Amino acid sequence: MRPTGRLRRVGITGRGLVVALPYMWLMLFFVVPFVIVLKISFSDIDLAIPPYKPLLEWVGKNSLAIKVNFNNYAFLFTDSLYLRAFANSIKVAFVSTLWCLAIGYPMAYGIARAKPATRNVLLLLVILPFWTSLLLRVYAWIGLLKANGVINNVLQSLGIIHEPLTMLYTPFAMYVGIVYSYLPFLVLPLYANLEKMDWQLLEAAEDLGCRPWQAFYKITLPLSRNGILAGSMLVFIPAVGEFVIPALLGGPNALMIGRVLWDEFFSNRAWPVASAVAILLLLLLVPFMMWYQSVQARESAGAR
Amino acid sequence: MTTSSGAVVKAQPWNDPTARPYVQVERITKSFGDFKAVDDVSLKIYKGEIFCLLGASGCGKTTLLRMLGGFEMPTSGKILIDGEDMTGVPPYERPVNMMFQSYALFPHMNVEQNVAFGLKQDRIAKAEINERVATMLDLVKLGDFGKRKPHQLSGGQRQRVALARSLVKRPKLLLLDEPLGALDKKLREHTQFELISLQDKLGVTFVVVTHDQEEAMTLASRIGVMNHGEIVQAGTPSEIYEFPSSKFVADFVGSVNMFEGKLIEDEPEYVRISSPELGGIIYVSHGISAPPEATVWAAVRPEKIFMSTTAPQGTDNVVRGAVQDIAYLGDLSIYLVRLPTGKVVRVTQPNTSRRAEAISWDQQVYLAWDATSPVVVTR
Repeated sequence: MRPTGRLRRVGITGRGLVVALPYMWLMLFFVVPFVIVLKISFSDIDLAIPPYKPLLEWVGKNSLAIKVNFNNYAFLFTDSLYLRAFANSIKVAFVSTLWCLAIGYPMAYGIARAKPATRNVLLLLVILPFWTSLLLRVYAWIGLLKANGVINNVLQSLGIIHEPLTMLYTPFAMYVGIVYSYLPFLVLPLYANLEKMDWQLLEAAEDLGCRPWQAFYKITLPLSRNGILAGSMLVFIPAVGEFVIPALLGGPNALMIGRVLWDEFFSNRAWPVASAVAILLLLLLVPFMMWYQSVQARESAGAR
Repeated sequence: MTTSSGAVVKAQPWNDPTARPYVQVERITKSFGDFKAVDDVSLKIYKGEIFCLLGASGCGKTTLLRMLGGFEMPTSGKILIDGEDMTGVPPYERPVNMMFQSYALFPHMNVEQNVAFGLKQDRIAKAEINERVATMLDLVKLGDFGKRKPHQLSGGQRQRVALARSLVKRPKLLLLDEPLGALDKKLREHTQFELISLQDKLGVTFVVVTHDQEEAMTLASRIGVMNHGEIVQAGTPSEIYEFPSSKFVADFVGSVNMFEGKLIEDEPEYVRISSPELGGIIYVSHGISAPPEATVWAAVRPEKIFMSTTAPQGTDNVVRGAVQDIAYLGDLSIYLVRLPTGKVVRVTQPNTSRRAEAISWDQQVYLAWDATSPVVVTR
């Protein structure tokens, strides 16, 4: 419905509303909370509710003092726990991304080269897990991986192992969970990229003397670069801050930044330090997000 | 319509039974399920030829070309190139290169890298690669475009890059799949002659797939006309045009008037055909091999029919009709003449004079042709 003339006279148009709504949503639920978190990260801790001191304080009658406290940030660099958690999170995210690539690239390639009818079925299978909650799917892995779980039972009944393998609450279980959960985010953009590929280029390469694997290395791989980067970023960026999977599968020793944040916030009630961790995590990820954006822009511009 | 043959193969090795064929296709069949895309095709192609596979889409010409390139394996039969059996030899080990219909240029490489790709694959020394690429780019007149990416080139330029890339490896055989299909008419005509001179200069044997008979006529030393997976006739462009072996070939290559009739006189020196469709007698001044009383078809090309307003001499090969339609094309005009039998005959006349006495609609005209003009086919 078109806005009436009166609305239009005060500068409200349909197009304006359509554009404004998502921005208002982002203002309300991203920018405002972000500013609050930023503010808390510069506050002092306090035994009160909420557990921090305000930034602005009246000193005397007519003067308002602002007290910016950098101690929270300084603290992150003095206690090695935080830096180790950051480093470990990046390592886990990086290794998970590599595993997702190793498993997801052949998947995306296979789907892109399948017959159109088969292709739709295969794509549906990739998306299917999203119909169940992430939490349920991660819990299901506990049932698979635990000492008297499905995998151990099958292996023991086949006589391959005699003692149950310790898989749950190890880094292995955490990687399995992360790779499993994030795989579709890599497969889908990579498929979208490979699907546009002109397969006759591979025939041309073979015609000019390439064996099939050489043609893949020299033609397919460079041409799917943007898809690889986009998919990897979609795995890497959220995996750095992942909390649920390490908490459920990784056991108590999985030192991830998301976990540290949770502990600071809920166990220690150290809101200012937790906020500082959150801000630092964001700063860390911004370059990757910007890179992802530029890759996306290049991809949609069609330049390769 | 030009009938001059393109590639200059002076010796006509296909008429010499002792000549060694360069490419030998022996009883090749390719089936996809129940469908035979190529059905028991045998073919001999000689060194330096431009051999055109001509046919409508789906006739199997591209499948045959892809089998020569190694992209499809024949269901039965074999292919020999320069005496070597190609059965089971993958594309990357064949002394053959292909120019794809879509050109298939690598979008992430510039023109030089595209052309150098095949040479690098063969681990040729860098200096030699640079030299050969530069020579080849000069040959296709793209010397100044080496650093451009394919998407920065025009259609004609891309076509030449594809050609350069497939020729730079000096293949024994170059396969071209509709090489000029994506170009507009003017550029296509120009490129046809460039292609012939390039082929002449390099001496590479070409096999060209095309659905465009004019292109086949211009380029080819010989044409193989394909239909339903079979080669129905192979010969020089003028053989195909003047001596088609079947109704299909006569009809597919150029336009033709086909008159069905019965042999009424069958002598070694001449035949007479009575054609109810024509409403007259067709006299042909050479013998044919067909059983007496057989149903035959006499094919007469439109440009070989004379049209006049006064009655010519004789009664054979003469028929009267009324002009039903005229198409003026500048260099020539096409007349559609309706005979009393209802059959419409197509006649083309060159417009040799600027002010010719015009034959107009509904005018009564006489059509006549030489006794040497009709081609009699039995199938």
